[in-house]
Amino acid sequence: MDLPIFLIQTLNSVQYGLLLFLIASGLTLIFGIMGVINLAHGSFYMLGAYAAFVLSGLTGSLFWAIALGVPLAVAFGYLLEWIFFSFLYRRDHLQQVLLTYGLILVFEELRSLAVGDDVHGVSVPATLARSVALGSTMTYPVFNLFISGVCLVVAVLLFVLLQRTRLGMMIRAGASNREMVRSLGVDINLLFRVVFALGVALAAFAGMVNAPASSVYPGMGNQVLIICFVVVVIGGIGSVTGALVAALMIGFVDTFGKVFLPDYAGILVYLLMAVVLVWRPEGLFRESRA
Amino acid sequence: MTSIEGRKQRRRVIKALGAAGALGALGAPVAALAQASKLKVGFMLPYTGTYAALGRAIENGFKLYVKEQRGKLGSREIEYFTVDDESEPAKAPDNVNKLIKRDNVDVIVGTVHSGVQMAIVKAARDNNTLLIIPNAGVDEATGPLCAPNIFRVSFSNSQPGLAMGLVAALKGYTTAVTITWKYAAGEQSIGGFKETFQKGGGKVLKELYVPFPNVEFQALLTEIASIKPSCVYTFFAGGGAVKFVKDYAAAGLKDKIPLLGAGFLTDGTLDAQGAAAEGLLTTLHYADNLSTPRNNAFRLAYAKAYDSKADVYAVQGYDSAQLLGIGLRAVAGDIAQRPLLIGAMASAEIDSPRGKITLSRSHNVVQDFYLRQVQNGQNNAIGLAAKSLADPGRGCSMG
Repeated sequence: MDLPIFLIQTLNSVQYGLLLFLIASGLTLIFGIMGVINLAHGSFYMLGAYAAFVLSGLTGSLFWAIALGVPLAVAFGYLLEWIFFSFLYRRDHLQQVLLTYGLILVFEELRSLAVGDDVHGVSVPATLARSVALGSTMTYPVFNLFISGVCLVVAVLLFVLLQRTRLGMMIRAGASNREMVRSLGVDINLLFRVVFALGVALAAFAGMVNAPASSVYPGMGNQVLIICFVVVVIGGIGSVTGALVAALMIGFVDTFGKVFLPDYAGILVYLLMAVVLVWRPEGLFRESRA
Repeated sequence: MTSIEGRKQRRRVIKALGAAGALGALGAPVAALAQASKLKVGFMLPYTGTYAALGRAIENGFKLYVKEQRGKLGSREIEYFTVDDESEPAKAPDNVNKLIKRDNVDVIVGTVHSGVQMAIVKAARDNNTLLIIPNAGVDEATGPLCAPNIFRVSFSNSQPGLAMGLVAALKGYTTAVTITWKYAAGEQSIGGFKETFQKGGGKVLKELYVPFPNVEFQALLTEIASIKPSCVYTFFAGGGAVKFVKDYAAAGLKDKIPLLGAGFLTDGTLDAQGAAAEGLLTTLHYADNLSTPRNNAFRLAYAKAYDSKADVYAVQGYDSAQLLGIGLRAVAGDIAQRPLLIGAMASAEIDSPRGKITLSRSHNVVQDFYLRQVQNGQNNAIGLAAKSLADPGRGCSMG
């Protein structure tokens, strides 16, 4: 493998890793701050992708689809938390699993009724439908670079939100010690609702932005959900930094694994998770609870 | 014999004769009833998922032939039952049992996905149900798992690959990389290509696989660019074929490394693929521009009936109905006459839009394979890749 190809595969790895990070960050926040195991998180990714398909069909442009879709996702997340998830905080994990698994099935059926079960493509916007030459043999689609760029920008914005704003401070405090935050007078219900809406929006946005590259098909949420749980477990529950590091690690392992060890590519990611769990069971960046 | 015993015996004989006579009298109307009642045809096809368009085309083709026969096959009217198999092997046993046990169909027509087909073949063997395979090329169905009641009017997975391997070797390509979905159809198609390509002096450098129905190709396209083979052979169909052809072009590989495909890569997908597919070479047992009266009439009738262009899947559906019709005509509609029915179907010469076809001993099609090129949004035959190619039928113990 020569240098240009290595760099291109690195690009592929980073793109996949950043996309995973976007989805997994929501999952880890929901898990870490609210203590809720949200199996339906993959469905938000799927709903985002289908929203991109429907909205870009209506508006004729992916950008408008994203611009309309993200506020819709935020509102959807807000309502979902208010109606269903707010009852889960005092329940045990089994009940959370049951409810959220039920939600997966409901979302799949709703999607089937609303849009059908066919595989759809979303067209790449005309301005981004070019390729740049990288190395002598192949060209790289500009849209894939766009995905990486957008995910990077959102990641940076997320970090700014968490580290530099009051809301971010409350979120980090909630991830460390929920009860203390509540007893300090913070409106914990509003905080949870905001965090949940943020998580849903991130996952849906990832689905929208990746739709032209990955196609839109039933079951796409389930595949991504499992990998996201692996990211959260490796990175540490509640840690956004951990999610970033873990997602990038998985991006590299998966991409290079497909190339060097194609027969074992499917299990390499889980092997990585097993190794990390043996070495550091709480994950790489787990903040210890007081 | 005493007279008392004689009377007892006479009574017994008369009772037996009477019972036999009653049954006989009952039997005749039952047989007549069977012929007057509708023939139950069960479609097990994908109506959703990446192969949905293929399932619809097969059903359309089948129903077109029945319509041309004025709604009857072998003087029997047809009653259709459908099950959506979603191309999901895990749900297949339950789905096929719905047709066999719940709907009591007389014949199953299905399916597209080779993994699902294995379950159908098994159920057909267990229940001795007549099965006509309108697409799935899984080698086992006319190989180790062949049976008198199983027929295939499409192809076996290795056939297009065997044909393209010959073409690639003749064209002077020395090395190849293969890429496909990791399931029976992909692996068997690659196997066919490897066999003839290596016999012709070529070398397959690497075999790349993607889990079904995943369509994330970027990393593997980069790998192909890194290896720089003289050609790439691929098997994809349906939605996956659309994505792969577009991604291959977007990665700039289309003009640098020739892409050779099993015909499914460009069948039924040209509208969606657009310019990215122009010039691609594929091998298949059908081509859009076969200018025979039969094919022209078929394509016209199909376009009129369904407002879309006929493809190889429509032809296979159409031929499934033809095969069933030939069998039913030989038994005058009485599908219970198995040996006669099967004999007629096995020795059938079907006047298919792709040309006249016959079946091999293992009940698979013996047919010509065309080398096609995509020209102006059509799959045009530019030559013959392999003549009268029969699937080897390895492992089949029939005939």
